[in-house]
Amino acid sequence: MSGGMGIGAAAPRSEDRRFITGRGRYVDDINLRSQQYAWFVRSPHPHAEVRSIDAGQALEMPGVTAVLTGADLEADEVGSLPVAWGITSVDGSPAVEPGFPALADGRVRYVGNPVAVVIAETRAAARDAAEAVNVHYEELDSVSSAAAAMEEGAPQIHEAAEGNLCFNWEWLPSAMAPDAKANTEKALKEAAHVVSLELVNNRLVPNAMEPRASLADFNPATGQLTLYTTSQNPHVNRLLLCTATLKMPEHKVRVVAPDVGGGFGSKIYHYAEELVVCWASRRLGVPVKWTAERSESFLGDAQGRDHLTRVELALDAEARFTALRVDTIANLGSYVSTFGAAVPTVFYGPLLAGVYKTPNIYATVKGVFTNTTPTDAYRGAGRPEACYLIERVVDEAAAQLGMDPAEIRRRNFIQPDEFPYQSPVGQLYDSGEFEGCLDLAMEINGYAGFDERRKQSEARGRLRGRGMSFYIEACGAAPSQAAGQLGARAGLYEVATVRVHPTGAVQVMTGTHSHGQSHETTFAQIVSDRLGVDFANVEIVHGDTGEVPFGMGTYASRSLAVGGSALVKALDKVVEKGRKIAAHLLEAAAGDIEFSDGQFRVAGTDRQVAFGDVALAAYVPHNYPLQELEPGLEETSFFDPENFTFPSGCYICEVEVDTETGVVEIRDFVAADDFGNIINPMVVEGQVHGGLAQGIGQALMEHCRYTPEGQLLTGSYMDYCMPRADDLPSFKVATRCTPTPFNPLGAKGCGEAGAIGAPPAVMNAVLDALRPLGVKHIDMPATPNAVWWAIEAARSGE
Amino acid sequence: MREFDYYRAGSVRDAAKRLAASGNAMLLAGGMTLLPALKMRLNEPSELIDLGGIDELKGVKLSRKGAHIGATTTHVEVAGNVELRAAIPVISQAAESIGDPQVRNRGTLGGSVANNDPAADYPAVALGLGATIITNKRKISADSFFVGLFETALGTGEMVTEVLFPLPQRAGYAKFPNPATRYALVGVCVAQFKSGVRVAVTGAGPSVYRLEDFEEALEGDFSSDALDGLSVSAANLNDDMHASAEYRAHLVGVMARRAVAMALD
Amino acid sequence: MDVQVSFTLNGKMVSAAAGSATLLVDLLRNRFGLTGTHVGCDTSQCGACVVHVDGASVKSCTMLAAQIDGCAVDTIEGLSGNGELHPLQQAFHEHHALQCGFCTPGMIMSAADLLKRNPRPSELEVRDWLEGNMCRCTGYHNIVKAVRAAAGVMGEEGS
Repeated sequence: MSGGMGIGAAAPRSEDRRFITGRGRYVDDINLRSQQYAWFVRSPHPHAEVRSIDAGQALEMPGVTAVLTGADLEADEVGSLPVAWGITSVDGSPAVEPGFPALADGRVRYVGNPVAVVIAETRAAARDAAEAVNVHYEELDSVSSAAAAMEEGAPQIHEAAEGNLCFNWEWLPSAMAPDAKANTEKALKEAAHVVSLELVNNRLVPNAMEPRASLADFNPATGQLTLYTTSQNPHVNRLLLCTATLKMPEHKVRVVAPDVGGGFGSKIYHYAEELVVCWASRRLGVPVKWTAERSESFLGDAQGRDHLTRVELALDAEARFTALRVDTIANLGSYVSTFGAAVPTVFYGPLLAGVYKTPNIYATVKGVFTNTTPTDAYRGAGRPEACYLIERVVDEAAAQLGMDPAEIRRRNFIQPDEFPYQSPVGQLYDSGEFEGCLDLAMEINGYAGFDERRKQSEARGRLRGRGMSFYIEACGAAPSQAAGQLGARAGLYEVATVRVHPTGAVQVMTGTHSHGQSHETTFAQIVSDRLGVDFANVEIVHGDTGEVPFGMGTYASRSLAVGGSALVKALDKVVEKGRKIAAHLLEAAAGDIEFSDGQFRVAGTDRQVAFGDVALAAYVPHNYPLQELEPGLEETSFFDPENFTFPSGCYICEVEVDTETGVVEIRDFVAADDFGNIINPMVVEGQVHGGLAQGIGQALMEHCRYTPEGQLLTGSYMDYCMPRADDLPSFKVATRCTPTPFNPLGAKGCGEAGAIGAPPAVMNAVLDALRPLGVKHIDMPATPNAVWWAIEAARSGE
Repeated sequence: MREFDYYRAGSVRDAAKRLAASGNAMLLAGGMTLLPALKMRLNEPSELIDLGGIDELKGVKLSRKGAHIGATTTHVEVAGNVELRAAIPVISQAAESIGDPQVRNRGTLGGSVANNDPAADYPAVALGLGATIITNKRKISADSFFVGLFETALGTGEMVTEVLFPLPQRAGYAKFPNPATRYALVGVCVAQFKSGVRVAVTGAGPSVYRLEDFEEALEGDFSSDALDGLSVSAANLNDDMHASAEYRAHLVGVMARRAVAMALD
Repeated sequence: MDVQVSFTLNGKMVSAAAGSATLLVDLLRNRFGLTGTHVGCDTSQCGACVVHVDGASVKSCTMLAAQIDGCAVDTIEGLSGNGELHPLQQAFHEHHALQCGFCTPGMIMSAADLLKRNPRPSELEVRDWLEGNMCRCTGYHNIVKAVRAAAGVMGEEGS
């Protein structure tokens, strides 16, 4: 009945047709009558007092409706951009959360900081007028690197944050694990070997291909505000608009995220621009539209990573890990973005065990303000940073001890019979067969043949290296109560409504949002599978607070594990009600009714009624148990998971290095992942490919760079190096499944895996290739320039 | 981009007249550099004179003197010209290494040499081959034409109409692309003529330039080995986040050897 | 100043007045409502705006509307005729060569130009050709696969 499109089918996507024919509907494709255009005046300075803003000349230009500033925002009592996750420092004090006004309140703290907005009849007029707004800045000293910001005498960015310190966080906190720090230090002292590294996790720009855009339409007659915006979580945006910034009641605000061209985290947050267009529309009574230029995206979209870490791994004489100590400085940028403080802390520290049975782990993280664009969650969000340091230091240990990288990992893996496994950093891992995954990856890679391949490369004048990584990550955010204890200021359940129409066609309203993830297909597969209805008769509705009751959106690889589980629960309710209706129709006891393949059947007989007929009876209740049941067939479920899910996987990368030029080319890339149960293998492979590309991009090409003072150096694709088709290989991907027991689908999530596991695999391969030359260390990205310098330094004995 | 007057010229004479008449007019050929610059508001001309409709500026012709390539001949037309590829393959190879297919479909030879971007490919080939840049007013040797950063010998009201590339005995162009822009981080064109060897470098300095000591070494022995022991000073070379001056200096040597190998191939 | 242009758009003659500084992509999106052609950058790199002008792929963000007088412009909306998908569109669907869909129209239009010039490209040739089209979702793996699959289809149809 599912037409072969049930769970497990590599179903081609139902959403494709509109995209391949040019009929997608992205925010910038939407235009409303009488709409006006916003253009932001942004700070050209990393740090300055705004002495005055003179809009006189701009206001006289043709087509200009208004020029609004922070003072106007304040006068209208529009709230500061909220922080959705609070962090507590070692000393028990809360993280410093300076207000983040949508338009500067007298001081600018990063290049691109919005200072004013021009509203005009055309985009060109708004832009021209923005250039004519005369802002008088008094420049202040500024700093872009977190390490420099912590130095004595560094420019102070926020009065409340002494030494630019937002928080000083430890994991586990002494209140939860009084001995963790002492035990870790003791183990390091007593270790047979200690391997330590200083690692940079390079700052990245998410670069969804669709630049952010927002179109706000306030109707003065009804008091209704509709916002079309590029969001991964329209309900969260509505929640923040209603509770924190615009402070309007929810029923007067509708947020629509139509087709959205990628997110990777960057479209989670409540941003200044969408707030300002809403406010401007309410103030002026006309629709107001803003579409970012790419150069604005580079300045204004939350950026990712930017850690400086010292890691020490203690090993005993048998190369068993006995302790891991991590000290990280995280660059938060100029303000705390929505989840900016949570990413380098609660999304990071709890994963520092990796896939190993390291008994003692202790970490500290200092969150530091700098004069740069705020950082926040970007594909992986904290987990790539954790995985990178673990898998780099483990590989370094193997190299120092002369061990095979696979062997040192095998020796330390958590074993299959140890699940659920309580890690020393507070996570209860669900399931995994790490050795099985490792073997699978090695088999696909042809591990044993490497030496021969290395010789062939050498014959062609290239150095070949192989690198391995084994990641684990926490997905399926999140159990609300656990998250609440960790500082989350919202619930993290998910919601689904299943609406069965009289003809048996099914609509699902899901609170997750698909901006490339393929929910319109995979969620329909679940429905088709569970209800036995034709795949073509299922429609997935998402991205509109006017149609979907509630939801928390899509990020942290949560959609299937949490949203899909909410859907399963709602489907169960539909079947349950259908069973009662069928029992009435078949004149049997509800307990005797079985449901499979779209038929309700009296157990052990051939008496049955089709799902569609039950749906019809629910809406045309002529023969229906009205005394016991309401008519209609529509159910809603909220699913709050009992735990995170823990996808894991083994990646193997082989590279060739041209030592003359420093160019690194990937010759083989294998990904063997455990995502738990899979709904659509083709979609999962696509997610892996995309994550790998971003992970390889981080390792070899991408780096968001500022001058020491905070001028952005990589402000366009002319300077920020995006992976293109000719930079990447074809990938070999495979999966091995251990279902999670923590949700009804047994699914773990796959969206971020590639971006988490790839960087250490690539860097380990690069170092493996270069070690014979004496190269011991190289930071990401391993650009030709960086590789060449590393080789030169090794040659000259530096 | 700000508004301007748009004028579609019918002939070289028409375009030149228009250009001379206006103080702030600019010529539009393929627009692959000019239009992005206008979008960034780096230039704000009062008028754009579109050369796209002038047939006399298009095409590749071979003669005893070499290859005559019209100023608005696109990179894809240059790369796809079979006779040219047989006669002077280095030009075709350089043309197909420029930008991406869409840039090659629109971008022109004349636009590239007139713009003299310090990392562009054609200036290296023009200088390496000792081309003659022909304008509506005169003929200029490549040695005199490329003056400095985005600067050429073109005077007011003067426009490139054709480039004449002489026929080398052999030549090669090796390019190390900037990983972001795909312009040349370093590109080296090496050409051997009866009269001597020419080596031109793009991407490394403020403008394309010749490398005399490499030329001398190759004149005695046209082989990669002849360059052994020669090094390039990093002084005055470009230094940016993609490549330090020292790395660029090193790459000049590597690309020169590869260009020689291509020439000998 | 406004410039009057007449050109063939997806096979139909059209005329429009456009500001001299109007880009082709803005003319297509705003004047003709052809929003399948996207803008993903402002430096002519991402390729989301690729259309065909006189049969050759160009970045419509780097061409003036004024320049297309007398030309033939084809966009993603014109690629499939009579409800039949073009082989590239079909292959992108079958091989999951798109996720968010934003780069897809430009990617398909660029690939269509490749297949006209090189009906049976190797993997390397496809990757080289797509240098001017960025995708952040797919890692290009399935795009390359789809273009080569479409080449197979096209080859068979042509033979």
